[in-house]
Amino acid sequence: MTVNSGDTAWVIMSGALVLLMTPGLALFYGGMVRAKSVINMMLMSLISITVVSVLWALFGYSLAFGHGSQWLGPLHLGGLGDLVRTLTDNGGTQPVPALAFAMFQLTFAIVTVALVSGAIADRARFAAWTVFAALWCTIVYLPVAHWVFDLGQVTAGRVTGEGVLAAHGLLDFAGGTAVEVNAGIAGLALAIVLGPRVGFRREPMRPHSIPLVVIGVGLLWFGWFGFNAGSALGANGLAAVVLLNTQLAGAAGIGGWLLVERWRDGRPTGLGAASGAVAGLVAITPACGYITPTASLAVGAVAGVLSAFAIGLKYRFAVDDSLDLVGVHFVGGVWGTLAIGLFATRVVNPAGGDGLFHGGGTGLLGHQAVGVLAVLAYSFVATTLIARLIDRTIGFRIPRDAEVEGVDFTEHAETAYELDTRTGSGSFLAGHHTPGGRA
Amino acid sequence: MKLITAIIKPFKLDDVKAAIEHAGITGMTVSEASGYGRQRGHTEVYRGAEYRIDLVPKVRIELVVDDSQVDDLLDRIVDAARTDRIGDGKIWVTTLDDVVRVRTGEHGPGAI
Repeated sequence: MTVNSGDTAWVIMSGALVLLMTPGLALFYGGMVRAKSVINMMLMSLISITVVSVLWALFGYSLAFGHGSQWLGPLHLGGLGDLVRTLTDNGGTQPVPALAFAMFQLTFAIVTVALVSGAIADRARFAAWTVFAALWCTIVYLPVAHWVFDLGQVTAGRVTGEGVLAAHGLLDFAGGTAVEVNAGIAGLALAIVLGPRVGFRREPMRPHSIPLVVIGVGLLWFGWFGFNAGSALGANGLAAVVLLNTQLAGAAGIGGWLLVERWRDGRPTGLGAASGAVAGLVAITPACGYITPTASLAVGAVAGVLSAFAIGLKYRFAVDDSLDLVGVHFVGGVWGTLAIGLFATRVVNPAGGDGLFHGGGTGLLGHQAVGVLAVLAYSFVATTLIARLIDRTIGFRIPRDAEVEGVDFTEHAETAYELDTRTGSGSFLAGHHTPGGRA
Repeated sequence: MKLITAIIKPFKLDDVKAAIEHAGITGMTVSEASGYGRQRGHTEVYRGAEYRIDLVPKVRIELVVDDSQVDDLLDRIVDAARTDRIGDGKIWVTTLDDVVRVRTGEHGPGAI
């Protein structure tokens, strides 16, 4: 086997594109919280880059993509060095260097972990979040990624060694289940364990910067082209249709959300447009490689409408899912994954399937539902156990006083904005920190 | 000597400033303020959640003037600041015991 330089270049580039989604998410989330907790919100994303990258090199890639059982790859603690001259195809038409694929998939794991942090804005101990990121990646993300994303090896025309959900017939092109449903329901579990913020459903908790949210969604959207079209694992016709489908669903998501706002709230909003784009992009993530561009418009628009309605549920159930992991990622992920069962057609992807609207009956819809339920159940239970363990041992929440003062200052001794132009409001202490010294 | 304090809508600052300059007043102090009166703030909607924002942005103008100028100035400020909509603001007048110009040390009306 020899590599094709075009395919390899696209996978390498896609890894870089998808990594950009995590700082993009930091801006998207950071703009939505109050000015006193924007640094903490962003750091929860940034530390996910560190935690997941280390785990990925040590054993993460091996557990997620090593060919072992259907449930989990083998544990190679030797790191990624063994793969230097190895090729892989994992469902792509041509092989690419395994390390290009490993880097690409690493960036998926990072952004999935970072996504979960949106449920616990303003109130988590940073050390506790860091421990959670490591445990959640290992216990929840790696197995689920193996079930969904490990497409096995083709030998003599037969596929062997697939993950259990892939083998069962789940179609999930770029992570509607493993990424979106998984992170969304984990966010719900985490929000339940931590409890609501001080003042939830009483005080206004306005986003402190809609412009940051819009910059963030721009970076997310750009990175999403790598996320979805990179998942074709080649620079080919499938990547092209995926690229276009991604664009169309994001665009339609904005439209769907804004129509709901115009009808329900009276005015379309900036936060609504940014949220609608993400809802559309979330929903197209699993479906982008199996459906037509026209169907992608429908999937995106419906996602925008569904999410715009779903974000209100947390107030009814009194669960402070702060930045709407359930309303946007879970709902969008479930819809997009099930939509494959409706809209999928082998005209777009011969390796896919035919959904209800293309003469395939309800069989595929059933496989999709099983995939959603499996990921939902496992992620919710495992996340609850991990979060409770951390809360019982080292404590997950900052004290009430610290939360009221602001997690940025109490956890990081930083404030996001210095808008005061006056001098003389403090003094220089030392060029280095002296613990226990002058205060 | 009187202190005139006017709380107005921020976008009316330029009009009010021009009106005050027309009256021959040579200085003023302007600061950002926030508050509410009978209009009780406004509402904003984020991701479908409706918040009543009690403290809305206002501009506070402070002027120190001679007693003889007060009535004329109040008329000019009211004319310039009025939109006839709720939340146009308030003006109050305070009697001052003394005023000092920092540069010269002058006291009283000559320091205005």
